[in-house]
Amino acid sequence: MKLPDIDYTCPTSRADALAILSDTSRDIRVLAGGQSLLAALNFRLGEPDLLVDINRIEDLQGIAVVGDCVQIGAMTRHAQLADSDVIAQHLPLLSRAIQEVAHPAIRHRGTFGGSVALADPAAELPACLLACNGRIVIAGANSERTVNADDYFLGLYETALQPGELIVRIDIPSHGNSRHRFAFDEFARRHGDFASAGIAATWQDDGTVSDARIALFGLSDRPVRASTAESLLNGRPLGATSIAAAADMVTEAIAVYADATASEAMKRHLARVLLKRALSKCLAQ
Amino acid sequence: MKKIRTTINGELITTTVEARLNLVDFLRNDQGLTGSHVGCEHGVCGACTVLYDGNPVRGCLVLAAQADGAEITTVEGAAESGRLDRLHSAFLKHNALQCGFCTPGMLLTALSLVESGKPCSRDDIRHHIAGNYCRCTGYQAIVDAIDEVVNTQ
Repeated sequence: MKLPDIDYTCPTSRADALAILSDTSRDIRVLAGGQSLLAALNFRLGEPDLLVDINRIEDLQGIAVVGDCVQIGAMTRHAQLADSDVIAQHLPLLSRAIQEVAHPAIRHRGTFGGSVALADPAAELPACLLACNGRIVIAGANSERTVNADDYFLGLYETALQPGELIVRIDIPSHGNSRHRFAFDEFARRHGDFASAGIAATWQDDGTVSDARIALFGLSDRPVRASTAESLLNGRPLGATSIAAAADMVTEAIAVYADATASEAMKRHLARVLLKRALSKCLAQ
Repeated sequence: MKKIRTTINGELITTTVEARLNLVDFLRNDQGLTGSHVGCEHGVCGACTVLYDGNPVRGCLVLAAQADGAEITTVEGAAESGRLDRLHSAFLKHNALQCGFCTPGMLLTALSLVESGKPCSRDDIRHHIAGNYCRCTGYQAIVDAIDEVVNTQ
């Protein structure tokens, strides 16, 4: 189908965009990369009054390292993340995960901020943000606030982002030193599809594991942390025994929902297999 | 209505478009460039692929209004400028098409890989074209054709 009849505006500054968004009496959607929003509108899964295109706002772009933090502009495209030497050096988990995000044509338009704003439960980047302990920098009409990834994802497509607000940047602590480790794997029926199940994990390793953060995607109503599995990794050396224990408990206390690609039981099984496989691969390195 | 200035296949065009109009419908219906095809209309099939500032994008997931200031290249423009000559020959030689519906999108997606100059394996080629569906060939011949062009330049 075609898009519903909508208005469109394309502000060139953040202030102009926020002024437009502050009119909460209208159904206004922010158009970032548009790779989910425009598909949804083509399906008529919404009929907003106005699209605010933020593609021409320059200070939402760019990747910078400030201290031990990587600052990623909300409009940084997936292809820019994939090609970035800074991301490869400081956030290798993102470089790995981005290879599984859709296809080249989608990656040239889709943005990091857009993916985080939509918060698809099966998407890779929100889970990576959670695994990397990132922070979402959100601007409102008169203020700016920062929300930790742990407090940001609230439910199915539900986030801490309020009407009238705009994600301007994602801040992620650098994972660039030799103690930082990561693991990533997912199962999708076709390359580029949303995953039936996936895991993104980071931890520090100086002989024993600490600060383990395991994010699961494609399983629940949002990206969720596998806290039981994390506690089974922390405080001991990474080895076959701790990996098996963590994998067995990976979906403990987590609500898992079936979707069109897999049953609940299959998703729990996939999470176990994926975590065990991804962590075991780290042992071999 | 939104006024846009956009370069399509090298020609600067100034026109007005409806906000709701997507890029591929604008190219086909307003500009008469029917080489880009409309398949699924939700970003899955790749038949509507065009080049936006040199990069392949989904024509159904970009608004015509967003082409303001951009350079758009369709399969017609890429063919007329000769950029597709080697891919055309290889697709012909390897029978890399049957009905032809996916072919324009397939050619432009392949072109971005060829022009990147990166060496690539058959696996890389398959990953690169994974977002373009072909329901006739089973892909083997398409990979053969792209492989020949990429790895003999």
